[in-house]
Amino acid sequence: MTAFVIRRLLQSIFVLALTSLIVFLGIYAIGDPLEILLSPDASLAERDQVSRSLGLDRPLPWQYLNFVGDALGGDLGRSFVYNRSAVTVIFERLPATLELVLTALVLSLLIGVPLGLWAGVKPRSRTDETIMTASILGFSLPNFWQGMMLIMIFSVTLGWLPSTGRGQTGTLFGVQTSFATHDGLRHLVLPALNLALAQIALVIRLTRTGVQETLPLDFIKYARARGLSESRIVFVHVMKNILIPIVTVLGIEFGSLIAFAVVTETIFAWPGVGKLIIDSINALDRPVVVAYILVIVTMFIIINLLVDLMYSALDPRTRARPA
Amino acid sequence: MMTPLLSVSGLVTEFPGRDGAVRAVDGVSFDLARGRILGLVGESGSGKSVTGFSVLGLVDAPGRVVAGSVRFDGEELLGASPRRLRSLRGNRIAMVFQDPMMTLNPVLTVGTQMVETVCAHRRVSRRAARVEARDALGKVGIPSPEERLDAYPHEFSGGMRQRVAIATALLHAPDLIIADEPTTALDVTIQSQILGEVQRLCAETGTGLIWISHDLGVVAGLADDIAVMYAGRIVERAGVDDVLDVPRHPYTRGLINAIPGAGERGRPLHQIRGSAPSPTSRLVGCAFRPRCDRAGEACLEEPGEVLGPEGRRWRCFHPLEAGA
Amino acid sequence: MTHQEPAPTGGAVLPPDAGGEVGTSAARGDSMAGRIAAGILASPKASIAALVCVFLIGAALGAPVLAPQDPYDLTAIDIFDSRLPPMSVGYEGQRYVLGTDTQGRDMLSAMLYGLRTSLSVGLTAGLLALAVGTALGLVAAWAGGRIDALIMRTVDLMLGFPTILVALMILVVFGQGTWKVILALVFVQWAYFARAVRGAALVEIGKDYVEAARCLGLSSGRILFAHLLPNCLPPLIVIGTIQVASAIAAEATLSFLGIGLPITEPSLGLLIANGYQVLLAGLYWMSVYPGLLLLALVFAINVVGDRLREILNPRLVR
Repeated sequence: MTAFVIRRLLQSIFVLALTSLIVFLGIYAIGDPLEILLSPDASLAERDQVSRSLGLDRPLPWQYLNFVGDALGGDLGRSFVYNRSAVTVIFERLPATLELVLTALVLSLLIGVPLGLWAGVKPRSRTDETIMTASILGFSLPNFWQGMMLIMIFSVTLGWLPSTGRGQTGTLFGVQTSFATHDGLRHLVLPALNLALAQIALVIRLTRTGVQETLPLDFIKYARARGLSESRIVFVHVMKNILIPIVTVLGIEFGSLIAFAVVTETIFAWPGVGKLIIDSINALDRPVVVAYILVIVTMFIIINLLVDLMYSALDPRTRARPA
Repeated sequence: MMTPLLSVSGLVTEFPGRDGAVRAVDGVSFDLARGRILGLVGESGSGKSVTGFSVLGLVDAPGRVVAGSVRFDGEELLGASPRRLRSLRGNRIAMVFQDPMMTLNPVLTVGTQMVETVCAHRRVSRRAARVEARDALGKVGIPSPEERLDAYPHEFSGGMRQRVAIATALLHAPDLIIADEPTTALDVTIQSQILGEVQRLCAETGTGLIWISHDLGVVAGLADDIAVMYAGRIVERAGVDDVLDVPRHPYTRGLINAIPGAGERGRPLHQIRGSAPSPTSRLVGCAFRPRCDRAGEACLEEPGEVLGPEGRRWRCFHPLEAGA
Repeated sequence: MTHQEPAPTGGAVLPPDAGGEVGTSAARGDSMAGRIAAGILASPKASIAALVCVFLIGAALGAPVLAPQDPYDLTAIDIFDSRLPPMSVGYEGQRYVLGTDTQGRDMLSAMLYGLRTSLSVGLTAGLLALAVGTALGLVAAWAGGRIDALIMRTVDLMLGFPTILVALMILVVFGQGTWKVILALVFVQWAYFARAVRGAALVEIGKDYVEAARCLGLSSGRILFAHLLPNCLPPLIVIGTIQVASAIAAEATLSFLGIGLPITEPSLGLLIANGYQVLLAGLYWMSVYPGLLLLALVFAINVVGDRLREILNPRLVR
């Protein structure tokens, strides 16, 4: 088990190093680092200073090490727009995005698993067909368009929910979150739904597949032979078997959600990291873009690593215990 | 005369196939008295396992029982409500399957699975159920049962897992246990241990047992009566001594001969030529005809069941002579 | 004395086509095209979806002919006709069936051309990714060893990141443009194909006839193309279909975010982006209709893809 952990850690570090190298080359070797990292209206003196601190006259490998050193210390340049360390700006906005993503994940489980179970226990029935077609529709809907339609229906036409922005936040368990206020929740509903929709479709399909693959297995027949009720069979025996893969896929999908948050935040003007990157791209605030890429990639690598570890921890068959 | 514990009559179980329905069980009848052990013997594809599942209504869809009667303690099981069947399963009729690695849920502890079996039929607290489970494990000879309850199936050896399955079967002191090849997946020494355990337990508790196997040798030491199945039908039915000493059906004789005996060293093993027909390709007339030395014109007709002395039955137009 | 022979299927309890394995095309009785056609026709849902696909492809191909107005022709557009709701009559008496946009362009025409762009970008990206992925997958399976490990590690890496994010990063670093968008999409999608093809190819390589062919001295190329490739077709078709839908949706998203296709080649995504700006003002038609069209396209392709998967990979439900 420890060998496995170490191997995965090494792999992760390798990928991280590789990405940092690619980004570094993109900035320092292909592009002009001064143009990328310095605001266009920097003075000549500033240019000299930055040039020296980045070591632009030194050989490339030195620059790379410098780059990595700075990065590990949290210095990835200053945002032109916000005039603060790019990394700081990103971490300021990250909680809003995480709030959205976690809500969407929970929603996808709460809605997707029951629907998937329902479809799975009645294969090839009308219920099954309808739910499956609806799930294809769910992940065919272009994310951004669907968000716009949600706004149109619930904000513009019905006027039930606010169209954009994050609501008031309060403190819950010491964290600033929208869940603490009614206004915050009202603002959270549409964007979270928007983000969750494709995930719901995915969870439905996963659950249904899991149920259909598990029901014919021998231990289900044995459970019936012991006189267990169908509900116990489905909710305990089947569920326990399919939850592990579902949860691990969701762990991986966490990253996908962060990606799609870019779109959702743009449409709903949600002040998270996704909106930040789009704004920064448009404003040519390149230090933020660079910082975003590195932070996100790091997050992904960590998430994938954690998911792998969690999977091996959850499945009792892989836990090495003496027989 | 008491009503038999289990009375199966004319049981027919079909599976839909590409070219019409396939009869895995084709008119099977037998009785089992209380406390007796019946050995149901046959090759793969003979329909013996499906017979066992049919009794409990556990035939995998789209297969189903289409005809016949299964009377358990006087009550008709075929067509009984799912609720009624569920209340009987694991309670008054228990099953032991062939490979407990496949039949125990790998992600739940053994304790959980035994406790849920208890609670499915009786209102007891989890703690009381756990005590019962622990005692049951002890009865089948599993050491340190208290700790073993929290173990997962993969942490047991094959023989131990099967003991767990037997313990689970005994939790509600069933009237009948149907064991489907329970020792086939185990090695010989464990097999004989399990056989001994089961024999002892059944004698102690007066539980009826149907032991399904392809191995006549295994069943011979255990059963009171033997029913030989071939191609979905029972071709011979009698007490164990009668069957082994004086078989009437040529197939039975073939099975007995095929058991390697210690006194026959160096001699070629007896074989029954040919192979058993698959359920999809049943012949007209006697199914054993292509492999039988005694087959004649009459065998193009399906042999009916002949009732012999002392309740013996066989299906053959040219049975072996009494004393052959 | 006559006696019945056992039926020819004696010994085989399962019907012949129950296995999930694909035999060599020559050995199988019915053609794959036949099975696909039959399978799709058997499902009313898939038949309708297939019809919609054909219809939309036809509309895209025929856009220059079908569109009442050429949205790129600046002389045909009249700014006075801008922001007209559907079914309005324009300055010169022409009827705008789906309204006009902020520039005065006829929505229907813009949508037809947008459909054309979306479809061509999606198909190009999908097919290129298929070609690259198939080639690399075959190489990985055939060469084995370190090359295989290298390729598969890269595949795993690519698949660990969401398409949108990688495409976004590539476009940010390397700039925009139609071909850059296509290449960014290919950069991500080839991995799906490579993995599937490698898997299918490995199954085939394990079979005896490949060993026999090698012994006969047949060149690797011939073995690869004549034997392995046809057997990789089923997963390729399924994944290809779904990836095309995915590419179309991804391009739309990128265009919507403003980092996709340039505005000289508006796709449906860009049209919807334009519509977004006036959505809150109640001018719904500029976003709703292009969105519905995009949805119809992607949904229809996905439904067909799903059905193809059921037909061609009976064991794999995923």
